[in-house]
Formats: sequence, structure tokens, C-alpha cells
Amino acid sequence: MIEARGLPMGEDALLIEVDDIASVVALHGELHAQVDRGEAPWHTVQDLVPAARTVLLIAPDADLAALAKAAVNVAKTLDKPGSVSEAGDHLSGDRREDSPVVTIAVTYDGEDVDDIASITGLTRDEIVEAHTGTPWTVAFFGFAPGFAYLAGGDPRLRVSRRDKPRTSVPRGALGLAGEFSAIYPRSSPGGWQLLGHTEELMWDVEADPPSRLQPGDEVRFVVAGEE
Amino acid sequence: MSALQVTDTGTQVLLQDAGRTGLAGIGVGRSGAADRAAYELGSRLVAHGPGRACLEVTFGGLVATIHGSVTIALTGADAQAVVDSHPIPHSAPIEARDGQELRLGMPSAGLRTYLSVRGGFDVPPVLGSRSTDTLAELGPEPVTAGDLLAVNTFDGAFPNVDIAPVPLPAAGRVRLEVLPGPRRDWVADPETLTDPDAGWTVSDRSNRVGVRLDGTPLTRSPAYRDKELPSEGMVRGSIQVPPDGGPVIFLNDHPVTGGYPVVGVLTTADADRAAQLQPGQPVELRWVAR
Repeated sequence: MIEARGLPMGEDALLIEVDDIASVVALHGELHAQVDRGEAPWHTVQDLVPAARTVLLIAPDADLAALAKAAVNVAKTLDKPGSVSEAGDHLSGDRREDSPVVTIAVTYDGEDVDDIASITGLTRDEIVEAHTGTPWTVAFFGFAPGFAYLAGGDPRLRVSRRDKPRTSVPRGALGLAGEFSAIYPRSSPGGWQLLGHTEELMWDVEADPPSRLQPGDEVRFVVAGEE
Repeated sequence: MSALQVTDTGTQVLLQDAGRTGLAGIGVGRSGAADRAAYELGSRLVAHGPGRACLEVTFGGLVATIHGSVTIALTGADAQAVVDSHPIPHSAPIEARDGQELRLGMPSAGLRTYLSVRGGFDVPPVLGSRSTDTLAELGPEPVTAGDLLAVNTFDGAFPNVDIAPVPLPAAGRVRLEVLPGPRRDWVADPETLTDPDAGWTVSDRSNRVGVRLDGTPLTRSPAYRDKELPSEGMVRGSIQVPPDGGPVIFLNDHPVTGGYPVVGVLTTADADRAAQLQPGQPVELRWVAR
């Protein structure tokens, strides 16, 4: 079971806090499925925002105390996942079918590869092997529309952010920071260590859905030209 | 088709509506009119139903020529508007004719005036909304002098209200009610936030992302001094306390997730009031229970 706590977040929302990011992926997946089904009390939920340790439920006009209780009870019914990818694998029925494995072709030519090598003690080839060898899971979004925080990758790739953020990082740049990897969905400032880039479009406001990735998706990186 | 020919915008004029919902999970915030109550009142006065695009005028200064015939209503901050130099009532539906010039002055109280035009402005929606999200850079471009803004034709029932007796945004010290937030224990002195003598004033670095407060900085609780809060979902009205101790009240274009503790959250009605605060205006916060 997953232990969860409800925390206040104003008149229109509440935060559900769990112990780790794997629990967030599992709980968000189940809450999302409940909201999709639209039964009481979940029909009052307008938006779900997963993050590193919490899921925010935005539900104007809802009975927030009842909603908090229901969310904590849903968490109790879930097995505590051992890892982020295990949490993704256990997403229930429909949700999992909507979450295929997304393969993204990457050219590992990032400006910070040498810095990543010196921080991690890995060679360039070992970095590529580590990044492509372990599947990643979309844990949550933030920073910018379509900016997906991918977790559950090879733990040897943990690096700190750059001391000095760049004023402009190009669209498609692949970065590392902390336990996460992410692709910049469009050009923006950014402080992540750049490992490579992809030509694939991750964000398109004309598309439905606009984001190539959704919370809970499994992502596998492959070397461009070798896919 | 009717239209507004914009000849001056003052500080900032944006297209806004009720905002985007259901997309926060992929990093898209709601955005929308910062003073929701004023926007909704405008929609009611021109009787075109909810969700249509209006103009959000920050600190007055909008000048536009009417093409065709339109029904308009100004709500929110009273910007002493005139049509062809004749003062027009605030919070009331007005008929404006072809060739007339609408001119907004500067509000003496309040910051944001909403110009609703019956039918709403005809601009393409982005992700289901015609609001400009200034942080995410989504939606219509900011309105600039020279823009011709087309107005949708609308055939519904006509407005049946002469004037809406609503309170206008206040001048002077404004008191805002704060509900306890999820991370109130991260600050050592949450009572400083609501101390009437704390001397909070609105910083001129405020915008649609947030209202920054200048005053006595809050301090971190010793238990959390060296801790970093994992990013979590934010809401409009959240009072976030960054490391410098200066509280930020999030408005409509707030980041979807944030990494600083939220000590309190304004009531929904007072989040609208926060959106009407002028730079330099004194603010008093008061804890309330749910």
C-alpha cells in the first residue's frame, strides 16, 4: 500500500503527498483513470498535476475533505512500487494501453558531454550506453509546456545542474539534472547539462494531444541512425 | 463585421478569456483573465455568455476606434473611459457606433480594466483558449498599436442590465484573506506575514505571474534551513516564499509547478483582489480558517 497525506492548497485544490516519485507515478496513474471514469467524487476534478512527491488535485466547488479522504484511500489500495518503471508498468488497464513505449532517436553530441563524463566518471560511450540501456518513465511535467521530467534511468547518470544556466537552449536539446532527463520542447533558457539532441517534435499546439509524452509513459532512447 | 482598430495600448493590453483547463498535467497552466470576477461581470453585461475573449488593459491607456456598431462594457479598474471625449459609465453596457473613439485613462484605484465586446474578439484559440499566457508564451500575441481586432457577430438575447452595482478595486491599504498552505511550517515566523505592522507593499516587479511583496523578509524554520522542497503543483493565490524571504502571490500565469514552499493560499475572491493591486499599494494579510 502507498501511504498518502492530504495537504491544504486553498479553496479550489488540495495536495496529496507520498514518499517517493515511484509512488507519485502509481498514484497519479490511478487517479487519472478514476477521473477519466468520471464517477463521484472524481467528477469534480478539473486537473491533476503530478510532481516530485505530490499530486495536486484542482477541483473548484468540490468537497475537498471528502476528496482528500478518497485519494488517500485510493493510495492505500495500490502496491508500493519498488521503482519508477515498476510503477509505470502497473498502471491499470486503459491507462496502460494509452501509454505505449515511446522510442526517441538521439544524437549524443551535447555541449556538456565532457562535463557529464568528468562528474560521473564514465566515458562518452558508457554515458550513451547508460542513457539508452535503461528505460525512463515520464514522472511529471513542469518548467514549460511539454517539458517532461523523465525518471527511473541509470543512477550513474545523476549530475547537478550547471552552475550558470544558459540563456538559450535549443528545441530538442536533451538534458540531465539530478535524477531526471528531459528534452527541451522548444527553445528556452535552461540550466540542465546537455547530453545530445533529437530531431523529433515533442510539443505541437496544433496536435491533439499537444505533448508527444504523457505522465506514466515509458521512454526508450536510441542512438539516431541505429534505430 | 465589427472591429476595434487599436491606436494605443498604454502599458499592456492582452486578449484574455476564462483560460485553459485540463492541461496542467502536461505543463500548461490556466492563465485567463487575472480578475475573474471582473471578466465574468463583463461577459454578463454584454450578455454573450461565458468563455469569450475580452481585452485585459493594465493601467489604462488603451485607445481604439470602433468599426461597425458594438456593445461594450468596461469592468474591473475604473479607467475613466471616454467615447469621443464624453465620459461613459463603468460596469455598464454601452452602445458604440462606427468611427467613434474609445479612450481609457489611468485608473486611480485598481490595475486591470476589462473591455468586453458583445460577441467576443475573433482570434484563433490555442489549446482551447484565447488567453495569452505570458510565462508559457501561449495564445495570442500581446495587442499592439495598429492591430485590427475583429469582433464576432452574436445573435443572442440583448443585455437587460443598465449598470451593475459592484464594488470597485480599492485604493489604499487592502486586506487579503489567507488560508493555511501546505508548507506553512517551512517559515519560522508565519505570523510576520499577517502582522499589520509588517508593512507589506506591492513591488513594481509584479506581473501576471505574481505579485511580489516588499517588507520584512520571512525566515526559514531551522528544521528546513538547508532543505530543498521537491517541485510541487501550484495554484493561483499561492503565497510562495523564495530563499530571499520576500513573499510572491501567484497570479494566473504562475508556473504549473514550483520548488519554493507555499505558506498560504489566498481565498479565491481575494486572488481577484490581488490582481488589482497597484505597485506601491500597502497590503495587509490575515489568516483565516477554511
